[in-house]
Amino acid sequence: MNAFTVKQPGLLTLIQDRGRYGQHRLGLTNGGPLDTSAFDWANRLCSNDINATALEISIGGLVLEAQSDTFIAITGADMGVKINHQVVAMWCTLKITAGDTISFGFATAGARAYLAVADGFQIAASFTSTATVCREAIGGIDGNKLKADDSLPCASIAKRMLLSLPEPEIPDYSQPVSLRVILGYQQASFDQVQQRLFFTSQYQLSDKIDRMGFRLQGQAIHSAIEGILSEGICHGAIQIPGDGQPIVLMNDRQTIGGYPKIGSVIALDTARLSQLMPGQEISFEQISLEHAHNINHLAKVRQQSIALIEHR
Amino acid sequence: MRIEIAGENSVIIYFAEQTSAAVSASVQQTMHTLENLLGKHLIDMVPSYASLLVIYDAFNTDQYFVRSCIAQALTQLASAESQPGNLIELPAYYSTESGPDLAQLANNAKLSVDEVIAIHSAQEYRVYAIGFAPGFAYLGEVDPRIAAPRLSTPRLKVPRGAVAIADRQTAVYPAQSPGGWNLIGLCPTRMFNPSNKPSMPVQVGDRVKFAPIDRAQFLALGGEL
Repeated sequence: MNAFTVKQPGLLTLIQDRGRYGQHRLGLTNGGPLDTSAFDWANRLCSNDINATALEISIGGLVLEAQSDTFIAITGADMGVKINHQVVAMWCTLKITAGDTISFGFATAGARAYLAVADGFQIAASFTSTATVCREAIGGIDGNKLKADDSLPCASIAKRMLLSLPEPEIPDYSQPVSLRVILGYQQASFDQVQQRLFFTSQYQLSDKIDRMGFRLQGQAIHSAIEGILSEGICHGAIQIPGDGQPIVLMNDRQTIGGYPKIGSVIALDTARLSQLMPGQEISFEQISLEHAHNINHLAKVRQQSIALIEHR
Repeated sequence: MRIEIAGENSVIIYFAEQTSAAVSASVQQTMHTLENLLGKHLIDMVPSYASLLVIYDAFNTDQYFVRSCIAQALTQLASAESQPGNLIELPAYYSTESGPDLAQLANNAKLSVDEVIAIHSAQEYRVYAIGFAPGFAYLGEVDPRIAAPRLSTPRLKVPRGAVAIADRQTAVYPAQSPGGWNLIGLCPTRMFNPSNKPSMPVQVGDRVKFAPIDRAQFLALGGEL
């Protein structure tokens, strides 16, 4: 069988495609890669479809054994990946031979790595997507994170272009992050003083982070209202509970909730947030919806215009 | 009626400050109209008690087009007849065996267990929202005589099918999960089953009525104790 065998699952390794959409009415959340940018590069380096199924490795510790000849690419956080005890480069296409062992250490900068395989892992879709959401027991293999001895089916591939991302394009996850925010939802319930405090204070990432939400710590801010009638929560929404500490809601958030929200972080920046470790510095920057629209369009065009380097 | 920005590719329509069957019906109708008007530009929608979150494909459309579609949907709303949702009957085995909080709830309400059951099963509920977990339908509104606050210490395990009350809301737990609602019975109908088509017996806007069944009927319908 053409597959990779999981020797060690690591702390949290999840099968992901780009996420599950159009299913909120059943109460199903999105799932999908926290760092869509790194995920997309991994697939592009394997010359894959944009939605091909790959792995999201949080913090590290994953060990895989290849049962077939194929190609992979590893992007995102540097976890000192080795193939058969030899450290290998990230952000490029790597040739794999049956019997190879791929082992991830632990992240030194960044928090999530992505491993894509040529033509993607062959996982059955559940509600249109392979994205694993453990809380819902949906997607991946029986809705679970990877376990030892899991088998990850893939195609056997003899030829594929060997590509690499130009060095200047490789992100530096150690940099402080400014999250761009569009005011929205209950923003009017946060008065001028509260909004100014929010946008001028430095926050730190707390250790209360999971795929539902990232809790920050720093200057508390307060809404004039305590709670609201439960309503739909979009990706990146910033919830302010009673203690005043912001929570940025991520891919596995609940679809509805009743805490006041000041606005939402754009997805380009939740991707950066997902690469931070507890204690790292974060600030917020207000942008208009029009500005966000331009930023997103330009980022897409820019990403598509980056020419990958072809080897041999 | 207010429309606010939610995020870079979403807006939220607030129909009222409080919910009611009429408000919920407006949410429902607007959702169906927008589905047609937005077509392929629509990514998802989240209907809730008195609001509708609309998530659109900002790479192929923009807020101005979406807002014009919403305006059109709201105009149609004013002239449309309110459509009552489907009525779904859910069997419920109410007992102190299947509902560990039933006796306490009855006691606090100064009612007999049978009176609580009669009141809970007499009411026709509306599905106001679905969330918290896949298939978790928030049903309202519970008769004030049997409304009960959440438990001060939530249970770590509430069984699948548990019929529960929190304040003036009631629900059937779609899967085993932690939970702080008052448990008064068990429903043998699966509220969320990925292998069923559709995967849920109800959708937002539907009406639900509980039909009391006994232990033998519960077991015959596939219920587990």
